[in-house]
Amino acid sequence: MKNDEQLFENYLKKSKRENNIVTMWQFIILFAFFVLWEFSSRLYWIDPLLFSSPSRIFELLFERFSNGSMFTHLSVTLFETILGFIIGTIGGVILATLLWSFTRFSKIMDPYLVVLNAMPKVALGPIIIVALGPGYSAIITMGFLVSVVITTLTVYSAFNEVDPNYSKVLKSFGATRWQCFKEAVFPATMPTMISMLKVNVGLSWVGVIVGEYLVSKQGLGYLIIYGFQVFDFTLVMSSLVIIAILAAIMYKVVEKLEGWLIKHTT
Amino acid sequence: MSFLTLEHVSHHYFSKTGYTKALEDISFSLKEGEFVALLGPSGCGKSTILSIIAGIIKQTEGKVLLEEKPIQESKLAIGYMLQEDYLFPWKTIIDNVLIGPKINQKPTNEWKDTAIKMLKEVGLTDVQNNYPSSLSGGMRQRAALVRTLVNDPKILLLDEPFSALDYQTKLKLEDLVGKLLKNYHKTAILVTHDIGEAIAMSDRILVMRSNPGSISKTFEVPIEIRQATPLNARKHPKYQPLFDKVWEELDRREGGVK
Repeated sequence: MKNDEQLFENYLKKSKRENNIVTMWQFIILFAFFVLWEFSSRLYWIDPLLFSSPSRIFELLFERFSNGSMFTHLSVTLFETILGFIIGTIGGVILATLLWSFTRFSKIMDPYLVVLNAMPKVALGPIIIVALGPGYSAIITMGFLVSVVITTLTVYSAFNEVDPNYSKVLKSFGATRWQCFKEAVFPATMPTMISMLKVNVGLSWVGVIVGEYLVSKQGLGYLIIYGFQVFDFTLVMSSLVIIAILAAIMYKVVEKLEGWLIKHTT
Repeated sequence: MSFLTLEHVSHHYFSKTGYTKALEDISFSLKEGEFVALLGPSGCGKSTILSIIAGIIKQTEGKVLLEEKPIQESKLAIGYMLQEDYLFPWKTIIDNVLIGPKINQKPTNEWKDTAIKMLKEVGLTDVQNNYPSSLSGGMRQRAALVRTLVNDPKILLLDEPFSALDYQTKLKLEDLVGKLLKNYHKTAILVTHDIGEAIAMSDRILVMRSNPGSISKTFEVPIEIRQATPLNARKHPKYQPLFDKVWEELDRREGGVK
């Protein structure tokens, strides 16, 4: 008995040690990257005007955060991305449901969906801005447009791949097509929809940042373009750092949500 | 009065490249409480007959009457059991079992008592709040059986429901199904390619041939075998002679394949 437990403890120790080594190397790489960046900038191995340096970025972020000006940009972009993400995902699922409900409609729409999917959605940017005016709505539309088509297609094909025998069981009880959808097709597709969330986080960021490049007077995308135009690359780099952190946090939140959804729906 | 009647039923499957005639001129009838087995090689259209009776697909020709009325107009509940259990993995056993009443928008509270009673009858009381993934194959198929029976179907369609199970579980389940069907006085059609199963469980065996699917011969199962449980039926002296006759009929039909 004691021997078994010792073996188990040894196993735990070993796996903990492995984890520690991985984490340690992750920090070493991060640290080395910033140190190398700082030194090469100070020693003029790279042009500090173009590539800035971690210390300058830190200075700028500290200043911008303490006077609050960064918060406005940050919250605007975050708001647009989250909204684009939610509308894109839910809209995609609703569209997929419509396609599934009306078989003929889905056949008719097929070539249009293929073209829309193949088309780089950000290329529609100027048209959206002209149509909706240069404001939040245009940018959110960009964020949603990038993710909605691929969500629709992925979820729709997942609907069709659900084992028809589940519906057969329900039909033998006299279920309608809608009841089959509600009781079998939709819940069976839940894992696909959940994994779609992760993909859409990234896509919504693309849409929103490009949207801000094109129009906005606020937001992190705007800061990047502004910094580029006035040749303030410290500002560009700072915005990139903020975006990287925010996108990572959002991804982690969605990952947690995914875990929770899988536990409670499947 | 016959309970279920099929008159000259034919069915075609159509595709872009052509059509297949799955069934040709199928006629037979069942009395209430009767248990009929459809026996034949795979691809002979056995399952198609069940799908037509269940109203899932519509025959291209012929009539299917349930209590003298066309099957589409009949309001009688039909129970359909498939080769695999197809329990919904995201529902607990009790919720799976109550899906029939839920679909028909019946008050689930009343049906829950019936469901719990039936689950007890098949020995699944302890796992009724578990998810299907934690159950063995035999337990899952028993849960699927309760799901079919709880809706109080007037006719039960069994599409090779025991073929995915190991031999021992299969025999036990045959006994259980036989007992339940007798107790509740259900009419049933069993689709199978297992001669022993057909003899041990049913009152009448319809042997089918394929291309196109049609009934080639009917065998009456002797009353002594009918009265025995499926497990004991296999030991009855009249079992082996009937088995040999059915085997011969199937073999004759498949002679060309060899």
